Amino acid sequence: MAEHIVASFDQELEHIDRLLRDMGELAGSMTQAATRALLTSDNALAQRVVSDDTIMDAKQTELDERAITLIAKRQPMAQDLRAVVGAIRMASDLERIGDLAKNIAKRVGAVGQSATPRKLSHSIDTMASMVLAQVNAVVDRYVARKASDLVSLRDEDEKIDIHYTSVFRELLTYMMEDPRNITACTHLLFCAKNLERVGDHVTNIAENAYYILTGEQLPVQRPKLDETQMTVKS
Amino acid sequence: MNMLTDAAVETALEGAPESKAAKMRGEKVNVFYGGKQALFDVSLDVGENQVTALIGPSGCGKSTFLRCLNRMNDTIDIARVTGKITLDDEDIYNPRIDVVELRARVGMVFQKPNPFPKSIYENVAYGPRIHGLASAKGDLDGIVETSLQKAGLFNEVKDRLHEPGTGLSGGQQQRLCIARAIAVSPEVILMDEPCSALDPIATARVEELIDELRENYTIVIVTHSMQQAARVSQRTAMFHLGNLVEEGPTDKMFTNPEDKRTQDYITGRFG
Repeated sequence: MAEHIVASFDQELEHIDRLLRDMGELAGSMTQAATRALLTSDNALAQRVVSDDTIMDAKQTELDERAITLIAKRQPMAQDLRAVVGAIRMASDLERIGDLAKNIAKRVGAVGQSATPRKLSHSIDTMASMVLAQVNAVVDRYVARKASDLVSLRDEDEKIDIHYTSVFRELLTYMMEDPRNITACTHLLFCAKNLERVGDHVTNIAENAYYILTGEQLPVQRPKLDETQMTVKS
Repeated sequence: MNMLTDAAVETALEGAPESKAAKMRGEKVNVFYGGKQALFDVSLDVGENQVTALIGPSGCGKSTFLRCLNRMNDTIDIARVTGKITLDDEDIYNPRIDVVELRARVGMVFQKPNPFPKSIYENVAYGPRIHGLASAKGDLDGIVETSLQKAGLFNEVKDRLHEPGTGLSGGQQQRLCIARAIAVSPEVILMDEPCSALDPIATARVEELIDELRENYTIVIVTHSMQQAARVSQRTAMFHLGNLVEEGPTDKMFTNPEDKRTQDYITGRFG
């Protein structure tokens, strides 16, 4: 991409990109830390996630302000306009990921008290690494301007949904086996649901990033598989 | 579960402004100023009751093309035009065409407001009078009033119609020039950077006016302001070095243009 005649315009766009990258990294590390804190009953780590969320919020506010100032000052057009408006939307998804991570972290105390059987945590752990890979990849692919990677990344979300369904079933089984597991399993279930929601936000980000890079919207339909509702009914 | 198919979604999303019936049509227009070629094979349709914006860096040929549409280039001795330009399917470069009548049908508003050094009333009345559009004084008064009203100027000047037009503010003068262009009931109005000498408020008034005028007139506007083109026009044509680079619905041109040159120009990467 050629540079703008006004060099400071480029710098302003770069700054917004940099904030987006920071938020992406923070979202990844918060998700990872929150899940680990929950599975290892690490209260200190959970506290760090809660305080990281303040940083996340501050970064989003800064990005919003910079984006709005840039629109007012430069009246961006075409791909610049898409980049600025898209950044605002992506930042809001990243901020939501931060909130979900914080929510997971806040459960650490509650789960810690009711001794969690280690065997319960294994599938959540797997799910967390799937989600983490997605969070880390999405901003990375956007910054590298790889539109086609974003399409496959969006489709990957289906795997998380499938895994969520199996976690749901597994936890349900544990609860039926031994009612003393109910408290811990319910918290883990919320944790899994939050991770699944993180995946959905990654999907949104991928769609936004694809639009910024190509000017085209991805088709509305995407793979979607959440069978937990069917499980509940049966 | 009620699922929308891709096709149904696409149908629902359609409704982008399509090219309307062409009021004027340029076919392979070339313009030479002496030995220098200023336009190369430009083919462009101007849709009826639409605003078509011509954009591009200085010297790209947009004003040259605009001036071909009412044969203003005839006034330049060394200018030579080839190709075909039609108004309602009639070749305007046909020798049988009366150029004065053509310019009444295809009016023009210039960059700098240029009222005649006469009264506000006379500025507007001059055209209808020489074209014999009013048979009685009362008719002429009516034409002057409606033209000033359409140009959104009447309320500001109704008590001083006989004061000099040059005494008005820049924005008012430009609207006076628009009223003067409207007075002869043109079908097409050409505007060559009509707001470049105006302040933001006067510009907003003129833009609002352009939007209203679109109902009854076909408008072609040359502008250096991307935002203005995006705001007032339905179709946009991008010129570069005498070539028509890209033409399409304005919404698309400013969010997702196809040509790299358009992209670079509207985003401020060259020009």
